[in-house]
Amino acid sequence: MTYDERLQNVSVMGAAGKMGSGILLLTAVEMADRSLLPENKGKTFVLNAIDVSDEGLAGLMNYLRVQVRKIAEKKAVWLRKMYADRDDLIENFDIIDEYIFDVMNIVRPTTAMGAAYGSTLVFEAVNENRALKVKLFSEIKQNNNKDVWFFTNTSSVPIHLIDKEAKLEGKVIGFHFYNPPAVQRLVELIRTDNTKDELVEFAYAYAKNLRKIIVPSNDFAGFIGNGHFMRDGLHGIKEAEALAKEKNMPLYKAIYMINKITQEYLVRPMGIFQLMDYVGIDVMQFILNVMDPFVKDEDLHSDLLNTMMEQGVKGGQYSSGAQKDGFLKYKGGKPVAVWDVHKQEYVDIDSFKDECDEMLGDLPDSAVAWKATLRMKNKDEVFTRFFNELKTMNTLGAQIAINYGKRSKAIGEKLVSDEVAQSKDDVNTVMLTGFFHAYGPINNYFD
Amino acid sequence: MKKLRRKVYMTAGYNTVSLGTGRKEFNPKKPRPGIEHYIKEAGQGVLKQIGGAKNVDESVIGNFMAGRFNKQGHVDGFIPMIDKGLSMKPAVHVEGACASGGLSLVTGIRSVLAETSEVVLSLGFEVQNTVKAIYGADILALAGWFQRRKEGHAYFFPGQFSDRAGAYYEKYGYERTRKGMARWYANAIENARLDPTAQEYQNTNPDPYATALKMQPNGKSFVDHLTVLDCSKVSDAASGITVCSEEGLKRIGVDKKDAVEVIGFGHAVRDITSDPTDLTELETIKFAAHQALENAGITIDQVGTVETHDCFSIAGILAVEALGLAAKGEGADYVAAGKTGRNGEMPFNTTGGLIGWGHPTGGTGVHQAVTIWQQLTGKAGKAQIEVSPERPYGLTINMGGDDVTVTSVVFKRGE
Repeated sequence: MTYDERLQNVSVMGAAGKMGSGILLLTAVEMADRSLLPENKGKTFVLNAIDVSDEGLAGLMNYLRVQVRKIAEKKAVWLRKMYADRDDLIENFDIIDEYIFDVMNIVRPTTAMGAAYGSTLVFEAVNENRALKVKLFSEIKQNNNKDVWFFTNTSSVPIHLIDKEAKLEGKVIGFHFYNPPAVQRLVELIRTDNTKDELVEFAYAYAKNLRKIIVPSNDFAGFIGNGHFMRDGLHGIKEAEALAKEKNMPLYKAIYMINKITQEYLVRPMGIFQLMDYVGIDVMQFILNVMDPFVKDEDLHSDLLNTMMEQGVKGGQYSSGAQKDGFLKYKGGKPVAVWDVHKQEYVDIDSFKDECDEMLGDLPDSAVAWKATLRMKNKDEVFTRFFNELKTMNTLGAQIAINYGKRSKAIGEKLVSDEVAQSKDDVNTVMLTGFFHAYGPINNYFD
Repeated sequence: MKKLRRKVYMTAGYNTVSLGTGRKEFNPKKPRPGIEHYIKEAGQGVLKQIGGAKNVDESVIGNFMAGRFNKQGHVDGFIPMIDKGLSMKPAVHVEGACASGGLSLVTGIRSVLAETSEVVLSLGFEVQNTVKAIYGADILALAGWFQRRKEGHAYFFPGQFSDRAGAYYEKYGYERTRKGMARWYANAIENARLDPTAQEYQNTNPDPYATALKMQPNGKSFVDHLTVLDCSKVSDAASGITVCSEEGLKRIGVDKKDAVEVIGFGHAVRDITSDPTDLTELETIKFAAHQALENAGITIDQVGTVETHDCFSIAGILAVEALGLAAKGEGADYVAAGKTGRNGEMPFNTTGGLIGWGHPTGGTGVHQAVTIWQQLTGKAGKAQIEVSPERPYGLTINMGGDDVTVTSVVFKRGE
């Protein structure tokens, strides 16, 4: 079966979800683009958008229409060539509208899982629930008489277990997009010892057409991205708890301080607590629960996360992409208050900011903002100067930051020594492209 | 063309800000002023300087595509909205693609010459940021022959002038041409920074020349032979000016020294359904500009400054050649040597031109006249250049489509 034949009938499970909708969009566009090639004229391409929620599917179709227009507008030059033989399509307006129709015409929204029984490729982006994933795959496998391949977007469940439990005979691969899939370029690719080579070849070709950067990860729960982030997040929580205890102050103040250090001192796009809110405290909890049983030498859990869940403070995002409140409360995307787990209310940052900032001490003159470093050509030089200066300072902020940087490096190195990642570069690439860090965690800045 | 049978003047020019990318107040996601705002601002800006609407006999408004950009036709109906005093007076809408503004000027000139009016309010406007550039390209493509739209580029007009640039590269060399085009861009930015209404007024690039020279055309995302810096901007703006007779000047109470006299003008149209004879020549510009010079009874070496239609940098270079300032194939070198800069041999587009000031298509021709009026009467503020008594003339060239409709006017300070 050729690449195009494989793509002629595809299903996305969980298509209306945050990840599923992005995967569906990218796949629909790729399929439409293939259908426009001269050799594929007249062939039918079908993409089943399967989800349990009718409401979600209705929203998905709206999302698709808006996003496909944006994509079409960017490639109008190419589209004019593809529709050159259509005399009825003259202006860009006409051509873009036709392309949107062609993409939408491939997509079949449905709540009936049976639609996947005729597919040759199935993407899965349902909840991070191993039993659910296994159940779906095994049902499709039993009822599908095609040579069907399974791509799972799991960010934590070991693929070989899915393979074994759903009896997929090596026709499954981990293809882990980052959120949001339409924007983030990173994909973690996880093959098992059993995964067929053809799946890997197809995955690379598909990723290339989607302009994604593939980083291969070995099949350990959490893979590289969550392998680092989950531990980094837990470290942030521990640091905040220790700081609160040491300084005898409320935890919310310490959370503010660690969040500030991880953003401003470590030059990251957002602080660690904001990142946990972005991912979602519930999602993080889910992933930790999946990972924990597989990690023998560490305890991957946090009482604080459990408390937050019990109190119903979960973070995550609205379907509009706006941030929901979690550890931090947001106004216009910026943190304005911190959750007090004891009083169960948000405390305005302005009411204690000065006092906490004073405890942390000033940033040195060599400090740089994350955004400013994005286009810097001499990034390494700038970071070396800044972190070297931090190392010479005795302020609380500088000390916590240096230790944090070291811990982040240790987490990265352990991913390599545990053979989750194949190299230091792979770990750094994941953090640079999947988490938009300005520098990889495995570096010499903090030594 | 016969000599002008009576004296014609222009005065009391006014430009709105040219709004679009580059201006800090421009936010494509927020609502912006519509055509009513621009017409009113430019119209009232002129009326304030000429004693009000009571002094106006007639109005002419140039606009290209409000019908599609703004879904509004019948734009002459907006003239009395500027001031009640314009109600029940003649107003006419003229359209010749991007030369609509130039048509507004020459229509006013003809009306004064015909003695049907002594004072004409001449306006031009376009509000184009209502659609994204990829759809704007469709609308602007209507300045070409629609039968050719299908085979044209997604960015139709950049595609047309990309073909011209490609032909020029092939004939005369890529590197030297790109140097001329980069200098053209740098001059545009340098000049625009001196005019607060210019779209690139707030441009802070320390080395626009290097930026333009470094950027390479990429046919995959845009056109084969031009970069975005070779192109004029997408703009929302309006300009206005008064066209009047000697008697009209007296009526509005403006001294001749504060006006420019129209010494001669040219106006020509090429068949829109035929291809240019030579891609490396702007034949209609050549014809109309020489017609204007001849009509004025002067030669190009008596001209002190030129406002030319640089919708694309290559059009600027080809205009230099069309005017005879450089031989064919040497226009790029002429520009690269700095001769069209504000302190050069022949200052071109001293408030930024279409690339720097902006290109509100239907308004551009009027904006050019306003700039010449400002320069020749010492009203150009920081953008002021020195106009020597030996070369006291100013020249405008306004082009519609791919060298299809051209108007050209020769001016001199009133005396």
